[in-house]
Amino acid sequence: MTPTTYRTCPRSGLQFESQAEKLMIVNAVTAVVALLVGGILAIGVVLTRWPTIHWLAADTFYMVLTAHGIDMLIFWIIFFEIAVLYFCASTLLRCRIATPKLAWVAYALMLIGAVMNNVAVFQGNSSVMMTSYVPMMAEPAFYLGLILFAVGALIACFIFFGTLVIAKRDKTYQGSVPLVTFGAVVAAIIAVFTITSGAIILIPTFLMSLGVIQSVDPLIYRTIWWAFGHSSQQINVAAHISIWYAVAAIAFGAKPMSERVSRSAFLLYILFLQLASAHHLLADPGVSTAWKVVNTSYFMYFAVLASMIHGLTIPGAIEVAQRAKGFNNGLFEWLRKAPWGNPVFSGMFISLIGFGFLGGISGVMMGTEQLNMIIHNTIYVPGHFHATVVVGTTLSFMALTYFLIPVLFRREMINPGLAKLQPYLFGLSMYFFCLVMMGAGTLGVSRRHWDMAFNGSAMAYEWPGAAYLLMGLVGVAGIAAIVGGALYIYITVGSILWGRKLDTGAVSAKFTPIPPTAPTLVAQSYGSAGFAAPGTFVLAMVFLVSFVLYYFINWKYLSQVWGLS
Amino acid sequence: MSAILPPSERLWWKHPLDRVEGTWIVISLIWCLIMFAMMVGWHIWGKQNLSTETYKTTPELFTRKTQAMVDKYTVRTETEEKIPVVAPPAGSDVYLIARLWSFWPILELEKGKTYRLHLTSMDYNHGFSLQPANINIQIVPGYEHVVKVTPNQAGTFSIVCNEFCGINHHTMVSRLYVK
Repeated sequence: MTPTTYRTCPRSGLQFESQAEKLMIVNAVTAVVALLVGGILAIGVVLTRWPTIHWLAADTFYMVLTAHGIDMLIFWIIFFEIAVLYFCASTLLRCRIATPKLAWVAYALMLIGAVMNNVAVFQGNSSVMMTSYVPMMAEPAFYLGLILFAVGALIACFIFFGTLVIAKRDKTYQGSVPLVTFGAVVAAIIAVFTITSGAIILIPTFLMSLGVIQSVDPLIYRTIWWAFGHSSQQINVAAHISIWYAVAAIAFGAKPMSERVSRSAFLLYILFLQLASAHHLLADPGVSTAWKVVNTSYFMYFAVLASMIHGLTIPGAIEVAQRAKGFNNGLFEWLRKAPWGNPVFSGMFISLIGFGFLGGISGVMMGTEQLNMIIHNTIYVPGHFHATVVVGTTLSFMALTYFLIPVLFRREMINPGLAKLQPYLFGLSMYFFCLVMMGAGTLGVSRRHWDMAFNGSAMAYEWPGAAYLLMGLVGVAGIAAIVGGALYIYITVGSILWGRKLDTGAVSAKFTPIPPTAPTLVAQSYGSAGFAAPGTFVLAMVFLVSFVLYYFINWKYLSQVWGLS
Repeated sequence: MSAILPPSERLWWKHPLDRVEGTWIVISLIWCLIMFAMMVGWHIWGKQNLSTETYKTTPELFTRKTQAMVDKYTVRTETEEKIPVVAPPAGSDVYLIARLWSFWPILELEKGKTYRLHLTSMDYNHGFSLQPANINIQIVPGYEHVVKVTPNQAGTFSIVCNEFCGINHHTMVSRLYVK
């Protein structure tokens, strides 16, 4: 065992083990670099799909779109998630990280994989989109890069599990792990499933690109690839919901309303969230109706139930904490008097609302077997997943970063005024971006399409004028969101490079275990007799009404299209 | 700071639920079951359900069947490439080939009549996006997907490929007539 030290952060009271701390910093910084690359590429995507600008040539556009998808959805998010996993295990449980040397190997594999994949894409012969559906082939390096990255990420997941074992063995805490760590465990379990699925399908595809095997069945590829492609977004859901709970605890000292409810909801994710990869196969041949119905509904929507529970319990926990501080007037004083100027909170709350209203509702709509036919492969789909992955995951990560700059990076944030503004600019322009994209998708506009004017085709289809208008607005909103993303990178990188150094805090050679806390009075007093969060309940009902209306509007729309049987 | 600390009560699973949570869980569960019932029920009472009838096929086999239909029912040709416009009888099997970067042939159907539309791809994945009706179906190579369609409007429709299929993807668009 390598000797190590433990630092207690004077600002947060959190304890960082030095090996784990370095690994978190390096993984998080690499993530931000991937975000920077993906963000620059986003400019090309947005300005090409903006019909009046139509900037890039077709081949460049498809190359840029491929790289944007992979850098954002895989590299940015997973590098950051590895940092989050290490944080949730080593820091929250105050223990050393398991096998730090192996963790560096994992990092190196991920980095080599990410660079290799990017190089392959930018060489121009691997513009196959993130999904790389066979038989369309990319260069072998494209697949090999992804495989190396996946192996690295898988090792990192097992280091996370190993760290949990160390904490248990060294008795650094008593009782159960914190809820946020529990959420991270869920994310890591989903990640193991996801990455294994990716390996199962990408290894034969890699061999096919080398000419070792002749063919990979296109339908089997789609089925297994989506067990990787969709499930990786489920890692994000578990991770960013854990972050929401963490932010509620950090910014308000909020306690989960009920550990039992929140943990059961996380458990539903492990059991059912994976089934959603079926969402991508609803318009496919060869998959039976029963398979589609059971899977696409996460077995009777139990994972949707879980998300609806988290959507209530997180603001509910904040409301309870705020009311305990005396913000008790009316239904919403607790929310009005929340620290809206603190980007850690505002980022998290904008993320939560956007994820639920835009990402959640649209996701269930598109995941309905029959309704899928009116949006499959339209630009509605990226509209939906920008609401989940950008508003949900990315914005949560940004909010958490603002907390980590002084705590993990030990720097004072440069330009706090700009940081205050950033979640609003990024989050709200992203809301608008998603909405107009979904609008264009409802009119049928295709995703992954270079030219909606079909230039060069004898039988061009003329989209309605509203579709052009909406795609123009996609461009405007996209640019605003990119500016918001650039601010985040400027603030983060700037603070790490030039921010005033903050005091390290006490360093010791031994960990200090988490002291057991006495059961609080609040915890014992609110129970089945109370109605502790009425404001949140009203918000939840507003959500439900929007959900029900939007859901049935789409059925109405479907009922008017051609008969299909 | 308790979500990031171990639960203060060791027996947290015995902690009673707040009524806000309990009520919301019941409401959410009911809504989830309604949505599930809706999806199943539409198979019984709804008129828009995607068929799952599928066969393995090869480009040669499918081309032969399509060619036979074209030979029998072509009514005219369109565009410089002289793409045949085919008007097969109501109720019959109609074939549509998707390939880089066109659909072949052009179909002419009758409003209110049902057809068995066979879809496959000769090469990569393609998309069948019928506009402005906005019906979207994936076309996967090697698989012949038989979809029963009943047009409910007359007019000229477009079929847009909405699955990325290479550099000229944006030129892959065709027509479909309904009389």
